Amino acid sequence: MSFFTGTKEEIEKKCKKELPEDIVLFIEKCMKKPHSESNLIAVLHKLQNKLGYLPKEKLQAVAYLMNIPAAKVSGVATFYHYFSTKPPGKYVISVCLGTACHVKGSDKILERIQEELGIKIGETTSDGLFTLEGARCIGTCALAPVVKIGDDIHPKVTPAQIPEILETYFKKSKESK
Amino acid sequence: MEKMVKIKIDGKEIEVPSNFSIMQAAETIGIKIPRLCYHPKLSIAGACRVCIVKVSKFNYYMPSCSTKVEDGMEIETNSPEIREARRDIVELILDNHPKECQICERDGHCELQNIAYSLGVRKRRFEGKRKIHPVEASGKSVIRDAEKCILCGRCVRVCKEIQGVYNLSQQYRGFDTVVTPAFGANMDDSVCIQCGQCINVCPTAAFLEKNHTPKVWKALADPKKFVVVQTAPSIRATIGEGFGYPPGTPCTGKMITALKKLGFDAVFDTNLGADLTIIEESKELISRIKQNQKLPLITSCSPGWINFMEKFYPELIPYASSCRSPMSMLSALIKTYYAQKTGKDPKDIFVVSIMPCVAKKFEMDRKEHVIDGNKITDAVLTTREAIWMIKSYGIDFTMLEDSDFDTPLGESTGAGDIFGTTGGVMEAALRTAAEVITGKSLKDVEFKEVRAVEGLREKIITIGDLNLSIGVANGIENAKKLLNQVINKEKEFHVIEIMACPGGCIGGGGQPYPPGGYDILDSRLLAKRAEALYFIDSHKKRRVSKDLPAAQKIYSEFLKEPGSDMARKILHTSYQPQFPRGIK
Repeated sequence: MSFFTGTKEEIEKKCKKELPEDIVLFIEKCMKKPHSESNLIAVLHKLQNKLGYLPKEKLQAVAYLMNIPAAKVSGVATFYHYFSTKPPGKYVISVCLGTACHVKGSDKILERIQEELGIKIGETTSDGLFTLEGARCIGTCALAPVVKIGDDIHPKVTPAQIPEILETYFKKSKESK
Repeated sequence: MEKMVKIKIDGKEIEVPSNFSIMQAAETIGIKIPRLCYHPKLSIAGACRVCIVKVSKFNYYMPSCSTKVEDGMEIETNSPEIREARRDIVELILDNHPKECQICERDGHCELQNIAYSLGVRKRRFEGKRKIHPVEASGKSVIRDAEKCILCGRCVRVCKEIQGVYNLSQQYRGFDTVVTPAFGANMDDSVCIQCGQCINVCPTAAFLEKNHTPKVWKALADPKKFVVVQTAPSIRATIGEGFGYPPGTPCTGKMITALKKLGFDAVFDTNLGADLTIIEESKELISRIKQNQKLPLITSCSPGWINFMEKFYPELIPYASSCRSPMSMLSALIKTYYAQKTGKDPKDIFVVSIMPCVAKKFEMDRKEHVIDGNKITDAVLTTREAIWMIKSYGIDFTMLEDSDFDTPLGESTGAGDIFGTTGGVMEAALRTAAEVITGKSLKDVEFKEVRAVEGLREKIITIGDLNLSIGVANGIENAKKLLNQVINKEKEFHVIEIMACPGGCIGGGGQPYPPGGYDILDSRLLAKRAEALYFIDSHKKRRVSKDLPAAQKIYSEFLKEPGSDMARKILHTSYQPQFPRGIK
């Protein structure tokens, strides 16, 4: 909480340093318009896209620079699924739970991944490698059931294939180190 | 003039202003539609759906709090189906609520419990998934029990709309929704000012004051401890409500007897601290005016306001009076003056304060309130906690005879009594300041024009050849209006009185939950409590703080004179900006 210490000017300076430059510029532009607080979601979108998540310090800086109570900023950031307040894993696993994939047994696949990794939807493994998400239809129903890991699409997955698929990412991660 | 519309409620044709909600319209003909999230002083949320009614042309129920009347509307507020639907709604709320009414702090005062009973819930038919949250009790004043929360949003609204703090918000969504400060922080690490209004407006026990009764029981049972209690000005006006007296019944004598029966070794009066505050503060004011120093002088008795200033308006710190609150002044005197006088080691004295306030629990732990290595206040009980202790001990309050406060710290003037209501500090200060400035006794000591019952007042008061520009505010949202004028240099004030809670201490976060027929924050309830204080004041022998023999004696024996080095050490304090910084 030491982030908000100092005089008004010092706090403002720290807040600006905390955020990417283009986002500070965007906030400054918003603040010149009426109802500047209505741009909060737009600002959070930019921040989420840039960082992959919304850390507390950055949200505090947004609150201060946009003159919006921190409780409200935190409320908005936790309300929408698009935003995450925790850093995502290196590989985000999206298990499609849309109708076609569901019919083809995506629930069993999800179950298996949860078993293998010991995490539930919305959680990240303790080594920071995987984040598990459930996706509504990703538009490739012909390939159902589909699992997207990072940028890779895995078509027509069966539960039995899961350990093997995950293993390739463990290996990839080790190699990149 | 608002346009009038004709509507029909339960077959009765009435005419009401078009900006009325169905709920308001029904109230004009004596129909009180059951409600839970609705509060007359707060914005409309429409969150609980308990107040549903049937409206012509709609084939589903409408919430009556958020539906405005329209010309020709036909409304049905009561039928077996509506009653059943309301009961089902409350049953579903109960489904996600602990089943521990008997051991809950709010048993008997819980709006959810009351409405469940009155709507006829006699069985818990639904057994669904329950939210599980730990109790957040790490704060010094306010604790949060999210499992008991029904998400009515009243706390969020009071914090934002009445107190202008906006510390609370609903976080996450759906089943996971929880009310917390930003980023789930505890109350002390957030912008919370500890006023406790969230406790007051909560229909259940999702917010409560930190319980200090165990350490008070322990001290009372310890033969080595000399346990002293002091009672705030407003307690005598509200404590009776806990024992069935109508609001506004002064109960000073019975209160003292009850505390003596509980085992307190001495019962002192915070009023004396209030009188000393006035003596010191008027001295501060007069010298600031004479020496052209920082004005306005802003009062410092309300710890909720002090917290707000330190977190939201740190630039105003130099303007605030350096006086400790009356409670801390008296506590300081007990551990120094009184200890010396009676030959006691301050370490053996245990000071309990009964306060209308939960922020006092926070104030007590501030490092500024330690003198010569002794913490000056050891426990702070709210009025509610004191009432509970008296009942729990088995004392029949209504049967008690009257007693007087103990000497030498039990004497006070009427000026001390009125500290408990809005405008009281200002009026008390004006009484002393006027007599000091003019050198004459006042014919009429009452300054009714400063009693800011509506929440905010700005006035010019003429004393001799001095025109004093004063501002009085209660409820922080009102105070902001005064403070912004000061910061933007739009208007010059000499003195500003701020009390954090609506109505002043009589509406404090630790006061009894309102008796039947009143809402919390109800102006009628606050007016009755204030009346009791003005009644006590008008019957006091002395009504101007500077005339108080007890205070004069303390100065001659101990403090020397107002503003002396000793007085500064014992009666004054200092403030620092606090973090996180609030966003105004």
